[in-house]
Amino acid sequence: MMDMKVANLGAASMSMPAIGEPVTRNEEANHELSIRVRDLNLWYGQTQALQNINIDVYQKNVTALIGPSGCGKSTFLRCLNRMNDLIRGVRIEGLVEMDGRDVNEVRMDEVALRRRVGMVFQKPNPFPKSIYENIAYAPRMHDLVSRKADQDELVERALQDAGLWNEVKDKLHQPGTSLSGGQQQRLCIARAIAVQPDVILMDEPTSALDPISTATIEDLMDKLKKQFTIITVTHNMQQAARVADYTAFFHLGELIEYNDTKTMFSNPHTKKAEDYITGRYG
Amino acid sequence: MSQSFDEISAQLKRRHRKSARLKWLSMGALGLAGLFLVIFFADMLGKGLPAFQQAQIRVEVTYSEQSQQLPLAAVNEDVRELVSRGWLRTLPMMMRDNPQLLGTSRQEWVLADGQVDQYLKGHYTRLDDDEKEIVDALAEQGRAELQFNTTFFSRGDSKMPELAGIMSAAMGTVMTLLVTLAVSFPIGVMTAVYLEEFAPDNRLTQIIEININNLAAIPSILFGLLGLAIFINFFGVPRSSPLVGGLTLALMTLPVIIIATRTALRSVPDNIRHAAFGVGCSRWQVVRDHVLPLALPGIMTGSIIGLAQAMGETAPLIIVGMVAFIPDISASVTDAATVLPAQIFTWAGEPDRAFVEKTAGGILVLLTILIAMNATAVVLRKKFERRW
Repeated sequence: MMDMKVANLGAASMSMPAIGEPVTRNEEANHELSIRVRDLNLWYGQTQALQNINIDVYQKNVTALIGPSGCGKSTFLRCLNRMNDLIRGVRIEGLVEMDGRDVNEVRMDEVALRRRVGMVFQKPNPFPKSIYENIAYAPRMHDLVSRKADQDELVERALQDAGLWNEVKDKLHQPGTSLSGGQQQRLCIARAIAVQPDVILMDEPTSALDPISTATIEDLMDKLKKQFTIITVTHNMQQAARVADYTAFFHLGELIEYNDTKTMFSNPHTKKAEDYITGRYG
Repeated sequence: MSQSFDEISAQLKRRHRKSARLKWLSMGALGLAGLFLVIFFADMLGKGLPAFQQAQIRVEVTYSEQSQQLPLAAVNEDVRELVSRGWLRTLPMMMRDNPQLLGTSRQEWVLADGQVDQYLKGHYTRLDDDEKEIVDALAEQGRAELQFNTTFFSRGDSKMPELAGIMSAAMGTVMTLLVTLAVSFPIGVMTAVYLEEFAPDNRLTQIIEININNLAAIPSILFGLLGLAIFINFFGVPRSSPLVGGLTLALMTLPVIIIATRTALRSVPDNIRHAAFGVGCSRWQVVRDHVLPLALPGIMTGSIIGLAQAMGETAPLIIVGMVAFIPDISASVTDAATVLPAQIFTWAGEPDRAFVEKTAGGILVLLTILIAMNATAVVLRKKFERRW
């Protein structure tokens, strides 16, 4: 009886967060809204893969999405730049709002959206073209550069931001596929940032990489979040704890807990998140 | 109780024997196939190579008023039967074009009659004994011999074997294939791109896909009937022309190109498409800048093989009238023309013994072109194939 009272008191003393906000605020993090998601539901044919997702993603942070396989975290990530449009039989309901616009609305051009929301994939997938061309292709396509000199400068800047410049500056015209796995992934990051997006989505960017390349990418994410909003899916909870400001835990298509990363890993708010984080399932 | 190694080995002996037997059987099959190929080529070369040589005789040619009226008078009576009549008939025209020849006479190598040619090659001939003696005498003096047969490669068909050549058929084939390529390549590739990259996966596209696959298996003569009904009867395209032949063969080649292109597109890994979509490419940009360049070697290989197949096709062309006697080299795609396999077909039906070697020679030319085209396909694939 007594215990329950204390517990009730404890809960009451914690100010309840509004829908979509993290349970606990990370005071070091930036809190300007980047992407607002409300009541997002997604079906693959008859199977519902996402159920009533509500989340506010903040600018210039790293937000990690964690959860067991098949929990919907990658599906959710692909909702943010409409990559799910490419899959047949997908139905989406709900609001994904960026810059005051619903990204799923009819007038929204998915090409314009993907220009502002870049993506890095699980397996490094550079174009089978030269390193230079890998970076220069998209900005040229979007008419961000016209003169050759501007293009050279942009390629150099993107490669420098991705921490790859020193390794490849002498072989810009060799194929991108000749690089090592970790370098290829950084090339893909450079390719994504070359069009100056607001948000970079990363779908398990280090799962195909060795530990050293993984550490390099994690450092890079830490650096890049000064310029970009990064949302990353990861299977690796240590990685989420190391790089993320906020962490969202998904389970069976539901967003169970969205919390400050430190709080999430030290004092999770929900039983399911605690069980997952302490390794009871996964 | 577990078995010892010896016991297991004893059981294994039978299995090893079986696999050895299968190995020998499959090697035997390969050997047999190789043997057939060798026999085929040896036969073709043996029969066809003589067609690349042609008997010529050196005779006194008189360019006179009389021989302008009566070309037979241009050569001496004793060799009159040994000189190609077809060549003699060209004399008045030659003299009209070169008036300075009139009133002269000189020793010249001229085309011999087909019977002389056959005699010199050791085949059956209709020459009588006197004529044979004259030919033997000329040969001894070095005035009758087999020379490289330029006629075969430079002239069209003729009823006289010594004048029959493959050039009109070769030109017909080239023009027909150009029409086929120009029609079927863009349509086929774009159809495949649409079906593979743009089309929704619904009942309609599935039906289209099944029908395209069926189309590839339809007997080619039916395409000929279709070409006859549509292109000749309905659109009024000239009969026997490379245009109608090319269009008909294009119908036949379309499914081959579509299927090859779809396979090539499907073999481009999806992560390339995702990468391109991820940087904000529109669907068409994804296809044009990333998918098509990677699929191109496969598309080219498939198209060349489809064209090679079309090149060897005779049945549909019979229906649209391209199996015809075409002595002149056609100048445009709307003139009457014939193609190499049709020419071979025509020659194979000639009663004259001399046409046997023409037939084999034509086959050699056709095979050479086919092998060259397939080799090009292999080279293109090796050269442009990219790893990713």
